[in-house]
Amino acid sequence: MSGAAMEAGRTLAMGQDEAVGGGRRSVEAPFGRALARLGGSRADIVGLTADLGKYTDILPFRDAFPDRFFNVGMAEQNLVAVAAGLARTGKVPFATTYGVFATRRAYDFIAIALAHSNLDVKIVAGLPGLTTGYGGTHQAIEDLALMRMIPGLTIIDPCDATEIEAATEAIADHRGPVYMRLLRGSVPVVFEPGYVFEIGKARRLRGGSDVGIISTGLMTERALDASDALQKQGIAAGVLHVPTIKPFDTAAVAEFAASVGRIVTVENHVVVGGLASLVVETLFDAGIGKTVTRIGLPDRYIECGAVPTLQAKYGLTTEAVIATVVGLS
Amino acid sequence: MLRNSPPGSADIGALERKATLLRRHMLTMARGQGQGYIGQGLGIADVLAALYFHELRYDPHNLAWSDRDRFLLSTGHYSIALWAALAEAGIIPVEELVTYGADNSRLEMSTLDTTPGVEVIGGSLGHGLGQGVGQALGLRIDKSDARVFVELSDGEMQEGSTWEAAMSASHFRLDGLVALIDCNGIQADGPVVLDMEPVADKWRAFGWQTSEIDGNEMSAVVGALTDARNRNGRPKAIVLRTLPGKGVPRIETSEKSHFFRIDVAQWDGIIAEFEKTVGVGR
Repeated sequence: MSGAAMEAGRTLAMGQDEAVGGGRRSVEAPFGRALARLGGSRADIVGLTADLGKYTDILPFRDAFPDRFFNVGMAEQNLVAVAAGLARTGKVPFATTYGVFATRRAYDFIAIALAHSNLDVKIVAGLPGLTTGYGGTHQAIEDLALMRMIPGLTIIDPCDATEIEAATEAIADHRGPVYMRLLRGSVPVVFEPGYVFEIGKARRLRGGSDVGIISTGLMTERALDASDALQKQGIAAGVLHVPTIKPFDTAAVAEFAASVGRIVTVENHVVVGGLASLVVETLFDAGIGKTVTRIGLPDRYIECGAVPTLQAKYGLTTEAVIATVVGLS
Repeated sequence: MLRNSPPGSADIGALERKATLLRRHMLTMARGQGQGYIGQGLGIADVLAALYFHELRYDPHNLAWSDRDRFLLSTGHYSIALWAALAEAGIIPVEELVTYGADNSRLEMSTLDTTPGVEVIGGSLGHGLGQGVGQALGLRIDKSDARVFVELSDGEMQEGSTWEAAMSASHFRLDGLVALIDCNGIQADGPVVLDMEPVADKWRAFGWQTSEIDGNEMSAVVGALTDARNRNGRPKAIVLRTLPGKGVPRIETSEKSHFFRIDVAQWDGIIAEFEKTVGVGR
């Protein structure tokens, strides 16, 4: 079997169907490749997983540095505890699992064993939001909301392969615990090389002030495509990409919100507790009284199904963003 | 103690006197606020005396020494015993002990890791052993022969994360990891509410080299620690049968042993009873 066919078999086996963007170039396992590159120059980086190494793209690191890689089995509390212990001996552990397990099963360990002591552990969490058809057991629809409540935790929701690679390097250099959402497998390239990722900084990627779209994670790809399509319809939709959920770039969000007519938030997450809530809090604190329309998942569990079907049903598509913006205009 | 070679023979009598000193400190500490986890502290005193004044390799003047042995107190509420040991070890001032549990004191009733000498935040039970596994793996990467000692309790074994950690320690063949399991028979709701016996068999089944001793008998504690030194590819478990309140009959027999709160006059009576038992000035 070819590498590509094995990859496809692997994806099928786990029921994942990532619905990558149409027509874009993609990169295989950007996280694992970036981590393996980093491992060469950073002897302090270690890798861990809880029986999901294959499915979180960390195997390139394991293959390059087998003595610095530990698979703890299906035990997410221990995954985080062991990572904490390694950090206390001066290592910088990258620990991978799915978002649902990291957040729901290991919450107390991330809060107390990591964040309370500001330990240098990076949790890299697969299947964020609605990127698997396996239903509520595997869909981390509320992970940003849960993680946001942990003091001192840095939270990243990258958009594409370029940003994942840049963010992997940035969080390795950052002192303190991090929760990063992972896009795995064949990940589209939305941002060209040269794109600068900086923890805590939002980026205005499109001008336009009829409507201001504030987006994070993979939804920024849809927001950009929507903005381009809307331009042809005579609607100037600005796009602010906010890859860092915490610390939140309140200055950039307030400035952007003040410069546009209506505001639309777009996230691969429930519309409570995540990006939309952060934007609304920011606007309230800044005294900006504008209506915010929220695109994202409803506050309920999502059924099983094919990812494109589910993403279309729940509005996580370019078409849904376009329709929402047109409806406002 | 600061040294680079395994400790030689122990002076059991001297260690017993250290344990008595730790108990005396703890009684003074609990009297300060009129309360504390004195039962657990008195019960584990002999083990901490054996660790800090015989078995552990550390430098009180260089706590960040990378080759130090680590002691992780997973049961954060046993802090009263740890503060007493750290004071006797020269890591925190003895005069500070009376602030135990007071506002703005760094000698908390449940440990945070901001106090010198504390290797891990205890208290959210089930956290310590996994972090000990991680530290042992980190020391192995660094090719250090330093060891990691983790204290945990019988009630704490009810947390599933304890067993996640136990599985991984034997899988990774962490023979420099020593679990000290304090079986004092009590937990928050009273006598152990969920039967954990046979404790030693459980650890053996998880692949640990296991011994079971009277944790209040100094020669047994020192002997078990000595047996745990061999680097044979297996983690070590020492099941400690201890008596909560050991050394103070009125606390040994109390039904309130999980948390103890009485007035100052009663504390004075208890301290007098203790001094009578051990002999003042010993």
